[in-house]
Amino acid sequence: METPLTHNISPGKEPPDLVQYEKTGGYAALRKALTMSPAEVQAAVKESNLRGRGGAGFPTAQKWSFVPMGDDAPRPKYLVCNADEMEPGTFKDRLLLEGDPHQLVEGIIISAYAIQADVAYVFLRWAYKLAARRMERAIAEAYRDGYLGKNILGSAYSLEMYLHVSAGRYICGEETALLNALEGKRANPRAKPPYPQVSGLWGKPTIVNNVETLCNLPHILNHGAKWFKSLSRSGDGGTKLYGASGRVKNPGLWELPMGTPLREILEEHAGGMRDGYQFRGLLPGGASTDFVTADHLDVAMDFDSMQSVGSRLGTGAMIVLDDKTCPVGMLLNLEHFFAQESCGWCTPCWSGLSWIEEILQDMEEGRGKTSDLELLESHTHLLGPGHTFCALAPGAAEPLQSGLKYFRDDFERHIHEKGCPWREHGQGMQM
Amino acid sequence: MKRAAPGVNTARVCKCEADVTTIHIDNRPYPAKDGENLLQECLSLGFNLPYFCWHPALGSVGACRQCAIKQFKNEEDKRGKIVMACMTAAKDGIRISIDDPEAREFRASVAEWLMVNHPHDCPVCDEGGECHLQDMTVMNGHVYRRHRGRKRTFHNQDLGPLVNHEMNRCIQCYRCTRFYRDYAGGRDFDALMLRDQVYFGRYQDGVLESEFSGNLVEVCPTGVFTDKTLKRHYTRKWDLQTAPSVCVHCGLGCNTIPGERYGTLRRIRNRFNGAVNGYFLCDRGRYGYEFVNSGRRIRQPLLRKHGTAPLQLASKRDALQRLGEILSSGARAIGIGSPRASIEANFALRTLVGRDQFYLGLSERDSRLLASILDILKKGPARTPSLHEVELADAVLVLGEDVANTASRLGLALRQAVRRQPEKMAIKMGIPLWNDHAVREAMQEERGPLFIATMADTRIDDIATRTFRGPPDELGRLGFAVAHALDPTAPQVPDLSSTIQTLAETIAEKLKAAERPLVISGMGCGDKAVVEAAANVAWALCNTGHAAGLCYAVPECNSLGAAMLGGDSLESALEAMDDGAVDTLIIMENDLYRRTDAAMVDRLLAVTRHIVMIDHIEHATSAKADVVLPAATFAEADGTLVNNEGRAQRFFQVFVPGNDIKDDIRGDVTGDIRESWRWLRDIIVAAGRGDDARWSSLDDVTAACARAIPNLEPILHAAPSSDFRIDSQKIPREPHRYSGRTAMHANVSVQEPEQPGDPDSPLSFSMEGYPGNPPPSLIPRFWAPGWNSVQALNKFQDEVGGPLKGGDPGERLIEPMQGKKVAYFQNVPGGFKPCAGEWLLLPMHHVFGSEELSILAPAIAELSPQPYLALNPADASDLGLAAGDEVQLHLRQRTDAPADGLTGTEPMATAEIYRLPVRFKPELLHGTAGLPAGLPGLGVLAGIALPAWGELKKAEKGIAEKGKAEKGKQVEE
Repeated sequence: METPLTHNISPGKEPPDLVQYEKTGGYAALRKALTMSPAEVQAAVKESNLRGRGGAGFPTAQKWSFVPMGDDAPRPKYLVCNADEMEPGTFKDRLLLEGDPHQLVEGIIISAYAIQADVAYVFLRWAYKLAARRMERAIAEAYRDGYLGKNILGSAYSLEMYLHVSAGRYICGEETALLNALEGKRANPRAKPPYPQVSGLWGKPTIVNNVETLCNLPHILNHGAKWFKSLSRSGDGGTKLYGASGRVKNPGLWELPMGTPLREILEEHAGGMRDGYQFRGLLPGGASTDFVTADHLDVAMDFDSMQSVGSRLGTGAMIVLDDKTCPVGMLLNLEHFFAQESCGWCTPCWSGLSWIEEILQDMEEGRGKTSDLELLESHTHLLGPGHTFCALAPGAAEPLQSGLKYFRDDFERHIHEKGCPWREHGQGMQM
Repeated sequence: MKRAAPGVNTARVCKCEADVTTIHIDNRPYPAKDGENLLQECLSLGFNLPYFCWHPALGSVGACRQCAIKQFKNEEDKRGKIVMACMTAAKDGIRISIDDPEAREFRASVAEWLMVNHPHDCPVCDEGGECHLQDMTVMNGHVYRRHRGRKRTFHNQDLGPLVNHEMNRCIQCYRCTRFYRDYAGGRDFDALMLRDQVYFGRYQDGVLESEFSGNLVEVCPTGVFTDKTLKRHYTRKWDLQTAPSVCVHCGLGCNTIPGERYGTLRRIRNRFNGAVNGYFLCDRGRYGYEFVNSGRRIRQPLLRKHGTAPLQLASKRDALQRLGEILSSGARAIGIGSPRASIEANFALRTLVGRDQFYLGLSERDSRLLASILDILKKGPARTPSLHEVELADAVLVLGEDVANTASRLGLALRQAVRRQPEKMAIKMGIPLWNDHAVREAMQEERGPLFIATMADTRIDDIATRTFRGPPDELGRLGFAVAHALDPTAPQVPDLSSTIQTLAETIAEKLKAAERPLVISGMGCGDKAVVEAAANVAWALCNTGHAAGLCYAVPECNSLGAAMLGGDSLESALEAMDDGAVDTLIIMENDLYRRTDAAMVDRLLAVTRHIVMIDHIEHATSAKADVVLPAATFAEADGTLVNNEGRAQRFFQVFVPGNDIKDDIRGDVTGDIRESWRWLRDIIVAAGRGDDARWSSLDDVTAACARAIPNLEPILHAAPSSDFRIDSQKIPREPHRYSGRTAMHANVSVQEPEQPGDPDSPLSFSMEGYPGNPPPSLIPRFWAPGWNSVQALNKFQDEVGGPLKGGDPGERLIEPMQGKKVAYFQNVPGGFKPCAGEWLLLPMHHVFGSEELSILAPAIAELSPQPYLALNPADASDLGLAAGDEVQLHLRQRTDAPADGLTGTEPMATAEIYRLPVRFKPELLHGTAGLPAGLPGLGVLAGIALPAWGELKKAEKGIAEKGKAEKGKQVEE
């Protein structure tokens, strides 16, 4: 099984520096790309069927195709790497940032070349201190050896790259809020259209790509689209970093073929449930995806298959719920996070999420009422896509609506027993 | 199929056929403007679609989610999806539903979410009864509270004397920051924090810096920002008697709605006029009104028995009898009018004294400047733009005028004008202009060309392409140089430095490249060359095929109207008096001590046997009068004012001072206050002069004026005449819910008093009258069924955000002559040369303080600076002055000097010494100093025509010079 994204990564050890990275074939893809036209690079990526790894799964080449090209395109153009990984339960980009920073730098340069960007930014999560140090060093090395700056490797192409460490809000992971934050404004999302490809950073054409997406690019360029597709077990090309947290025997992160079934990840790689704990469900791709239950474990973890069971692949980092953890408490924890991270821009989000949090808190503390279930349910519809300004609140509604569906008994027990059954049994809320 | 909602404007006519498209709302076709946002279109069609964050002047941002509607793909699509009307473009054939149950449910949920934290304190909230949040909550049908948690609580800030802050009421619609920062360029106010705890305020307590802060009161959809001056004499909207009015605190003529109760003026609200002020007023205009309630009001006639006797209260009859005696005994009277009085008042005075004995009430210098401006505007070819047209200008040169201080609303218009060129980038990117944040994102910090050449820094420098600082001579030279760069036949400027030459060429280049170039100047620096240079620039553009606008800021509400009436200067009046042929001086609405230097006024008043003063405020001039008659302010009179554009606008009496109840508990408000023109008519009658002046209503005066002065004929059409009726009814000044009419005088009489009549206008002092929407110039308030807040304005416009139904009020009096080429002004000033030991004192205007009437409002007075003298730090240091030190100003009296020969070589005539604290202004050129214009604390210095030369030296502490102590005291007041 090939693991191109992680073949250089040895957890706990220093990442390869530029020389070591070059020895394992690093920057060959960039050299190759520079011999191609930007259109050819875009075509190669299109053929590979690479889909965005930030969670939405939008085809990368298609995203790029909206960027104005040619001499009369507005300048400067920007490529922004979204490294603001703050989705609860998700730590896949961290591995790539810390483990092989040059792979990311190379991926960014190739992407920037494909859209003829003049400037690239790495927008990094505030808490990723080690990643910041390693990225900073990798960028400096790349500048030193002519992979960045004016006339890269003697070509006509020039690119400046900056590391920007975020001030730290979940909403900055939303690409347009990220752009506002990068401009020094409040991290409120922007209305779309216009899309960032047309009016992005400082009003100029901009592409925002996720870390994992960008790390795939050197390999696609090196080995071709056919090879990339062959890595996958589904229609979407390549491998995927899958993670698992919760009461599994072996929580962690694995690079596996895209489309590996849930059960295989959970049982073979995560080692199944810890002794004494029963599986109740999981959030497949971060906190803003719908619960799936034991009925869905044979589904392939890819974008389309997960959608077919009413959830989303998201980041591919699953959070596992066991029978000794209160689902209502888990949801309270999640909704507290989402309510707290609301930027305060649109009413359903800033007001609705706080209300949801309050209701769940009431239930946990024995003040829940039967009518609250109806209120929660109506909020899962009211906070649906298109109703709010960005995807934060709809994301927050996803675990809630599936939680209400799959764990209704637990909600009702909270109301009837006037409190959290798990707390009464001395287990506490353990999320 | 649904029927159209009541009040829906199905017969709406879109003016531009090409832009019209058909949209389907709840399965019925309607015309709509192609590409406009659907909220605006639904509202324009008359639908009651609730909204919060959207504002016609601020555009769409999609924050509140209140205007949710259903959009369907096609006729077959029955599911549809929820979209925000404000963020969706009206495209041909688009199918939407306002009535859709899911859309309704979602909108009701938005109201419920907004009310989660709202304190429901309507009974004690100043917004109550005119609250958009109340209206929208009712419109959404949200009546039952399900949320049972605690509400969040904020600390409120002291934002200064104008705006009250009550953050707990906030619904996070972001309108305040969008107006304050994005639209008005304020920096000290923002949205802070996150989630349901976004805080709109300053980083700490303190006076809001923007002179447009009062608009927050109207922009805020609920009671977070309310009028702090209203709070001190609070009255609900439904209890206010209101009338359409015009602001009297500068020359722009913004339209206002003053509100009165119990004989005192309670507040000013914006009266939308699409051509003039649009949705916004400046704080001087909004808060200056309290001068009407001032303790310095003259409320009863005063008479002086003999020369040295004090003024004593007199009856109206005695006063008129005395005047009759004076004037019928062969007295030769001259009249001094005023640019702060209406056309009709000035005309009445002119009628009394005769055309040749009528004087304008301005200094020679100001008369000439004003006459010159009027002449320039009439001659053309540059046209004077409306304020709205200023917003459309795409390249602007401001020459000499500190508009932020002398005509603030013009500065706000310029903040919009600089968006015109960068907006094109957004259009090119396919972003509709209503998509506010996207447009701002696309534009970034790009701004269209705006060049600001002034004596000192201005508050709109932040949006300028380039600024230039210098005394008037240098500003004039720059202007002449720009004109010459545009058209070589315009006079050349000798000895021009290469820096100014380059700057002039840059300015010329940008103006030439623009589609709608504009030149702005004014009387602010008191310099004829500056006024003429501005004309040359505009004319040079016109002469080279660029239709340029030319806008002059004039200082007072009727400066241009008074100029059109004609009349000589105070100096000419003095000459006439000196001839000894005149023994009576009738001064109307004018404090001569603010017009020219005190010595001259003293002389003028000394040589007169009888001084008659008609004014509403006591001042230095009224104190010397023998007969004082209490005049009505703008709120107690009707009349016509001509703004700087040459637009004649009618203002209407808001209330009857004192009313008919003589024993009113508020004894201080009773009196004999009457319109100046009515006093003058009575004097004419008493003196047996002019039988044709037996005017019975304002219409008679206006008509007589239009007959006598053909140029003023259009003032007849500024508003309908007093016999105008709709369904045989007058327009009520009191709202339909006006309370207490039968009770408010119950301590005096248990019978309901008769409502005062109004022979002067189609408005009535009553609740009774025509209940519908009156013609645009007669709108006393914006109110519509279901719409109790200012947002009811939507129902008075054909296209929301567009002109009022029936056209924006006002009649333009000045249109430039077409086709004729005018000769350029040739009088290019020489460069400024500093004069050893002397300083050229330049006027520094202050939005709060420099204007005579608004400074009498306590809130404005609180914001006014104390007197000071500004120097650049190097000059100050040469004088041994540190910040906070006092400087002695020794003013050179130059009443006999030639107007343009300030060479500084004449010897000092008299020694007037003033002590002033020093303030540093680094931008002042060496040899010049700044003196605040018109501050009452300056005493007689306020009347000195600036620029003027003076000597400066460090004031030794404790050493008193002759006369200094008294003057010093005056200055420190």
